[in-house]
Amino acid sequence: MKGIVCKKTSLVFVLLLQAPLISATTLDDAMTYYSDSGSLSFDAVRGEKLWHKKNTAEDGSTRSCGTCHGDDLTKSGKHKKTGKVIDPMALSANPDRYKDMKKIKKWFKRNCKWTMGRECSSQEKGDVLKYLSQLK
Amino acid sequence: MKISHVSIMIAFLLSVLSTSAVYADSESKGWFFSKSSSPGVAPVTNNAYKEECGACHFPYQPGFLPARSWEKLLSTTSLENHFGENAELDEATRSEILNYAISNAADKSSHKRSKKMNASIGSGDTPLRITEVSYFKKEHDEIPKRLVADNAKVKTLSNCKACHEKADEGIFKEDTVSIPGHGRWND
Repeated sequence: MKGIVCKKTSLVFVLLLQAPLISATTLDDAMTYYSDSGSLSFDAVRGEKLWHKKNTAEDGSTRSCGTCHGDDLTKSGKHKKTGKVIDPMALSANPDRYKDMKKIKKWFKRNCKWTMGRECSSQEKGDVLKYLSQLK
Repeated sequence: MKISHVSIMIAFLLSVLSTSAVYADSESKGWFFSKSSSPGVAPVTNNAYKEECGACHFPYQPGFLPARSWEKLLSTTSLENHFGENAELDEATRSEILNYAISNAADKSSHKRSKKMNASIGSGDTPLRITEVSYFKKEHDEIPKRLVADNAKVKTLSNCKACHEKADEGIFKEDTVSIPGHGRWND
């Protein structure tokens, strides 16, 4: 009896230890995805620069990521036109974000195009994700 | 005697019918004429539509515009510049949403508001904004600017949910309206 109980307990214990590995943050997965099989390395400072860069759009307006997301990424942002609240971008303030790769791809495509008039490169996406993952 | 009784009854019935017609308002108690129509617009039941179309603004029910309007609004090119925003979608999602919109468009719906919206649109017109439709404008034409454009909590008539408490359910009756800073709308 004792032997069986010990085995069960240790099995549960081992499984629990695996938990962090099984549910590794998707933000890391996303960075791996954009790393071009590990050939690209990402830099949070570069990501921060890109994030805050002011771009001039075709209609003459100035746009940056902060236009909707705000300057303090640990706080909620607001859609410039509709006022819709946008949850914080910093992983530290919003650990439930970045769990859906499809969404990450979708928003990068739309928002890079809207903000900068072009798609972001894998390097840029990875840098930005690195920046967002490290923000306190 | 019989004939006069019958004619009195007919006269009585006619007056009852015409009275109910007079008192039938938009979300009708005119049940006699509109038993087959559901009130309001059909609420959204498609999750992709709700999520994608509700990402930045209220997910306007497809029952507010005719199918041809949705075809235009949800084309790949249109979505790249959706009223100044990029609302691009992957093709599978776009198709799903477009099909849902077309199937539940105002010209396909038996819901009362949908029928009224559609009836007020000329067959040669393809409105891209719900707020531009004749019926919509008429329903909102008494609201002063100070309660909408100059009201920080409302700002625009496109912001349905600011005032229409049951917008998500597809109900837009006057008695479900509460304007921020003002309260109930009393005609």
